[in-house]
Amino acid sequence: MKPTPLYRLGQFIGKSIPIMILTIYGLIAIFPIVMILINSFKDKSAIFGAPFQFPNTQTFSLIGYETVTKRATFPAYFLNSSIVTLTSLILTLFIGAMAAFALAEYDFRGNTLIALYLSIGIMIPIRLGTVGILRLMVSLKLVNTLTGLILVYVAQSLPMTIFILSQFMRQVPKDLKDAARIDGASEYRIFGMVLPLVRPAIGAIGIFTMIPIWNDLWFPLILAPSSKTATVTLGVQQFLGQFVSDWNAVLSSLTLAMIPILLVYLIFSRQMIRSITAGAVK
Amino acid sequence: MQQSKQRSHFPVHVAVFLAPAVLLYSVFMVMPLINSLRLSFYNIGEQNQMSYNGLQNYVKLFTDSNFAPFFWRALKNNFVFFVIHVLVQNPIGLMLAALLAEGGRVRNFFRTVLFMPTVLSVVIIGFIWQLILNPLWGVAEGMLKAVHLGYLFGPWLGKPESALITVSLISVWQFVGIPMILFYAALIGIPDELTEAAHVDGATAWNIFWRIKFPLILPTVGIVSVLTFVGNFNAFDLIYTMKGANAGPDFATDIMGTLFYRTFFGQQLQLGNPTMGATVAAMMFLIILTGVLLYMFLWARRVQTYEL
Repeated sequence: MKPTPLYRLGQFIGKSIPIMILTIYGLIAIFPIVMILINSFKDKSAIFGAPFQFPNTQTFSLIGYETVTKRATFPAYFLNSSIVTLTSLILTLFIGAMAAFALAEYDFRGNTLIALYLSIGIMIPIRLGTVGILRLMVSLKLVNTLTGLILVYVAQSLPMTIFILSQFMRQVPKDLKDAARIDGASEYRIFGMVLPLVRPAIGAIGIFTMIPIWNDLWFPLILAPSSKTATVTLGVQQFLGQFVSDWNAVLSSLTLAMIPILLVYLIFSRQMIRSITAGAVK
Repeated sequence: MQQSKQRSHFPVHVAVFLAPAVLLYSVFMVMPLINSLRLSFYNIGEQNQMSYNGLQNYVKLFTDSNFAPFFWRALKNNFVFFVIHVLVQNPIGLMLAALLAEGGRVRNFFRTVLFMPTVLSVVIIGFIWQLILNPLWGVAEGMLKAVHLGYLFGPWLGKPESALITVSLISVWQFVGIPMILFYAALIGIPDELTEAAHVDGATAWNIFWRIKFPLILPTVGIVSVLTFVGNFNAFDLIYTMKGANAGPDFATDIMGTLFYRTFFGQQLQLGNPTMGATVAAMMFLIILTGVLLYMFLWARRVQTYEL
């Protein structure tokens, strides 16, 4: 039987409705971001006069960016955020991989107990221990240092990292490790051998660890609020508080704060999403 | 005999592998958490000396006129915040995931776009929406007018009766990507064989989704709900950015996170109080623990997990 035109029309509508819904929601998702981006490149009268238009030769202006680079210490904030995020990331991945390897590889007494102990941190937010953390940092003289922030972020990121990585490490074939053992490799060598095999998982966990650390406001606000140690997130929060009325400066500093994380996301989004779905498909 | 001896032995290399993680996690997360809980039973005097106070801090939090009204309001607001996320964020996330799960180039593009707000800092999101909703700029009003709904516009963030809902919806807008991606991962993990037969029998996509796919992803529904529940208590950043530590107007957007911050660090006239702060945190801990345990015993045990 040949499909009737009416049937074909029905099929066409059935196929385009999902795309329509996705398009509408996609617009809702990026509209506010786009508004900030395009208006940050316009002069003040155009920001208010024609907010929905892209900048053109008459309205184009970089005055906001000039104010921001002159007044704010953005480069310093970026440096602080980068140091904190990258150091926390490397430490978390290395220390976490070691623990995950121990839990996945060896059948020792207390394995389940330690795994359970480490996974409490997945459910309980570290922020609830803030009173204790601040007291500890005061006694260690780590208030207003980047080291203090790094230690807290590593502790915060370890539980999830260990949980996911140990699952991936269990999938590494046993024969490979046993062959190395027969050849006389030490357990540390075997760890070094397994590490590259779980590289995709490490990459994905890396991105998921990085984003919340880069974006965090709570701990920079409480543990390292000094202007010397402020991260981008805290710096933007405080800077924008002062310049509420200077719309050019506000829009450009928002854009500057958004760009790095959006770039990282766009570069790695494929890998990131593939890794989440890899857990499901296996 | 030999076997059991080997098992009880704790080899040096295992200790080396585990020590850094266990140490850092214990010193900077578990111990401060326990210490915070302990502090909720103490009082700090003028000279910074600690004295055991029993349950007095809790009695104060529940009954004292300086604390109780704030505590109950924050708890209620947090509940509203949570309900809005459950009713709006998670269903939208599920719908988007179902649409994306069909696959294809166009959908993969949308997958990237839809997740974008989720990766941005809450501080940035907070400011962006403050600008968009600002009547001075008129962007939100202009949008509504374009679809002849201009009369709906108002200073939503400034009015006590609408501020909490507005802030919650902004948070929904940002974090819808998380349930979306989790549901998406679960949905594309369902093997085609399970739905093929239904396709052949002429079942509609709608029926296949609700009768076959949805029951299979119920475990994910549980995980998403728990994540939403726990995430509520981290919602400090957005409200602090948009409304400040006082969670205005008139504490209308005050939730447990902002209450904790204010109690711990103080505000204009009131001095910070670490032990009362610890008491608020301990209450949050108890609420989260209750929620997680309820999930584990009432939901996770009953919902069948299918090995796909």
